[in-house]
Amino acid sequence: MAETVTERRPAPGVWATYRMIAGMWIRSTLAYRASFVMMLVGNFLVTAFDFVVIALMFSQVRSLGGYSFAEVAFLYGTSTTAFGLANAVLGSIDKLGARIRDGTLDTLLVRPAPVLAQVAADRFGLQRLGRLLQGVLVLAGSLLSLHVHWTVLKVLLVPVMLLSGTAIFCAVFVAGAAFQFWAQDAAEVQSAFTYGGQTLLQYPPTVFAKDMVRGVTFVLPLAFVNWLPALYVLGRPYPLALPAWLAFTPPLVAAACLTLAGQAWRVGIRSYRSTGS
Amino acid sequence: MPHRGNSVAKGRGAGLGSRALVSMAVGGAVVRLYGVVAAGGFRRYTTYRVATAAGVFTNTVFGVIVAYTYIALWDQRPNLGGYDQSQALTYVWISQAMLMTVNLFGGGFADELVERIRTGDIAIDLYRPADLQLWWLSADLGRALFHFLGRGVVPLTFGALFFDLALPTDPLTWLAFLLAVLLGVVVSFALRFLVALSAFWLLDGAGVASLVSIAGLFFSGMLLPLNAFPGLLGEVARALPWSSLLQIPADVLMGRHRGWGLLGAFGFQLGWAAALLGVGRLLQSAAVRRVVVQGG
Amino acid sequence: MSDLIELDGVEKVFEVRRKTGRLRREKREVRAVDGISFRVPRGEMVGYIGPNGAGKSTTIKMLTGILTPSAGRLRVAGLDPSRERTKLAQRIGVVFGQRTTLWWDLPLYDSYKLAHRMYRIPDARFRENLDRCVELLDLASLLDVPVRQLSLGQRMRGDIAAALLHDPDVLYLDEPTIGLDVISKAKVRQFLRDLNAERATTILLTTHDLTDIEQLCKRVMVIDHGRLMYDGALAGLHEAGESERTLVVDLERELPPVQAEGARVVKVEGPRQWLAFPASASAAPLVAHIAQAYPLVDLSVREPDIEAVIARMYDGRPLY
Repeated sequence: MAETVTERRPAPGVWATYRMIAGMWIRSTLAYRASFVMMLVGNFLVTAFDFVVIALMFSQVRSLGGYSFAEVAFLYGTSTTAFGLANAVLGSIDKLGARIRDGTLDTLLVRPAPVLAQVAADRFGLQRLGRLLQGVLVLAGSLLSLHVHWTVLKVLLVPVMLLSGTAIFCAVFVAGAAFQFWAQDAAEVQSAFTYGGQTLLQYPPTVFAKDMVRGVTFVLPLAFVNWLPALYVLGRPYPLALPAWLAFTPPLVAAACLTLAGQAWRVGIRSYRSTGS
Repeated sequence: MPHRGNSVAKGRGAGLGSRALVSMAVGGAVVRLYGVVAAGGFRRYTTYRVATAAGVFTNTVFGVIVAYTYIALWDQRPNLGGYDQSQALTYVWISQAMLMTVNLFGGGFADELVERIRTGDIAIDLYRPADLQLWWLSADLGRALFHFLGRGVVPLTFGALFFDLALPTDPLTWLAFLLAVLLGVVVSFALRFLVALSAFWLLDGAGVASLVSIAGLFFSGMLLPLNAFPGLLGEVARALPWSSLLQIPADVLMGRHRGWGLLGAFGFQLGWAAALLGVGRLLQSAAVRRVVVQGG
Repeated sequence: MSDLIELDGVEKVFEVRRKTGRLRREKREVRAVDGISFRVPRGEMVGYIGPNGAGKSTTIKMLTGILTPSAGRLRVAGLDPSRERTKLAQRIGVVFGQRTTLWWDLPLYDSYKLAHRMYRIPDARFRENLDRCVELLDLASLLDVPVRQLSLGQRMRGDIAAALLHDPDVLYLDEPTIGLDVISKAKVRQFLRDLNAERATTILLTTHDLTDIEQLCKRVMVIDHGRLMYDGALAGLHEAGESERTLVVDLERELPPVQAEGARVVKVEGPRQWLAFPASASAAPLVAHIAQAYPLVDLSVREPDIEAVIARMYDGRPLY
């Protein structure tokens, strides 16, 4: 009788799992090289359209909601970079519903690796970097053309804002995926908050109705992705009467969001009902 | 029409068993055949209820976001592109309502057709006693009708309730709008059919399809009304076929084309539809020759 | 600890919404697994069978940690599957008959390399196990082939190898021979026998193919409506189910039911008749009698399939 393997090594961590699965998907897509290049270009273009629209608008007007082109570009750059990072990491987590429907989630669940990392890396494609790239380009351009009195605090706030913003969007992605354990066909609802949130944050808050601004500040705290910190950097007042120190709270808000989203994910996976006989 | 042979294998086409359809065609009720195909195209989408509701929700959220950006824009430039503010808002909600109907995000039948070309199942379709292009057009019209009702009505109603829209009260204008939408769907179909057929020559057409769909998104006026495009870019955009999908139906509904102008708008859509369907037909017969030469 | 798998009163209850009207929906509880208890000692090979929807897959999914039981106690290799799922994954191998775990667009070998890294298999051990699987499952020429180009039988062999590279204590096989040709089936069965004999891997398999059970398992468990109906030797199952074979005869014309000793007609359809007779009896005298007394055109004997055996086991309904 052969002995069973003596020592069982611990499961790979979240990041190691992510790298392994993403690597497999990258090599899978490279099997179709020409399409990959076109999709990379396409992804860059289609995500840049949002900015083209803003540029077209500013070809007709000099300010929007009281904000100059450079200021709107700063909002656009921060929103798109944060979202682009979150999307590059978790972009196809909304395909979870499809995996639940066709039963292939089961095959991920029997691997000795965190499921969230596997689902996050699912169908990973380098073309997702297209959105991030154009977000960074616009952000760089806006930083060069902004007339801001930079202080150390403001300079530090920019990277903090980008990272917390990414984390907040990641939390939205994870919470949306958890929701799909109950409603597999409702994946598109998630787009309203992810893509919709990104679009919303590309414009100044003065453009929108007060109730919408309240909603994304107090209910779904997307305003902490960039509006509150970015308005501090730009030296602009927030449309709601809020204390200025809120501009520095995005890391806390992000941590709270991630905790809640993680909780939702755990509840979701425990209530998972595998399909099929 | 390629009435070649009478051995017809099963095709998934519009999710219908083809045997019943074939017997109808042989019986001469060709019009009824395509009617059944269209009904099948409609019906297969009715099963996705939750997904439809989710899509309506998302369209509505986007409609609200874009509406406020337009309000800000038209506050600065009243009369931009010849629209007043309520016309601009009307445009927003029409575009959210029409997005799926004219299939601006691609997908739908084109993916299925490309898949059949890739797997070689298309050879079966070519021997079906029904015309390939008409078959898929019928199925797509059925789908478009479903999306018009299922994805279009609610967002437009929401917009009309919560924003000040410039919708007509004259039933004839609505009728003209429906005709413009129909023509827009046909132009959209003709474009996607062309792209799908390219899969006969390109091994993997996903890249081409995504580039064309991106061009469509931009030149349809989905992002910004084409009349708000500056200078030459605007003129070029308005002359391209994609302006038939959204810009023209929206302007027809807002009563910006009247009398001879309305006929001109329809003529523009019809012209593009005929030209693109014609090219599709040529490509199709080239593809048929290719399949025949390769022995299917 | 000699029992590798332990179940005590395990239940799984699903809440389903059923449409009762155009808008109305009704909530209903479905007890997919309704109080199952059994133990499997190390090194045993057990067939776990039952009709579709009986609760087989639900049990397997609880044993692998995919589903959380609604009630009862469940241990595999001393672990609570749903709570310690990733830890358990190191100790078990799973093959889903219908769903491949292999990477569709990549060469077969790439899937094994991923397993190597994900299960953190020591290099030497990985090479040894892979070589063994490649040899016994005849995979050498397939390692460089993208999985999408493999036939069903080749892919199944590839999947079985993928489930074994990390030396699991327990192997779950869900319909491992479904859709395979005769040669592939034989190869897979021989491999499983060797694996069980040499490595003492505990194997739990669900199947519709009685031959799988006959050739592999000394012990069979039958589940239906979420309950364990039988747990014992295969021979005993035949007895418990009073298993019958079926003789299908095609006569020249429509005739009244055939009269023959030791058999009874269970179905008539035009000139074709179905006769049931005990599985333990020989068909020869029966055939001889009918050929002599009736205008016989054609005949065939059907072996009892598992569903039929089970169906007969606890309700006396005829098979057809």
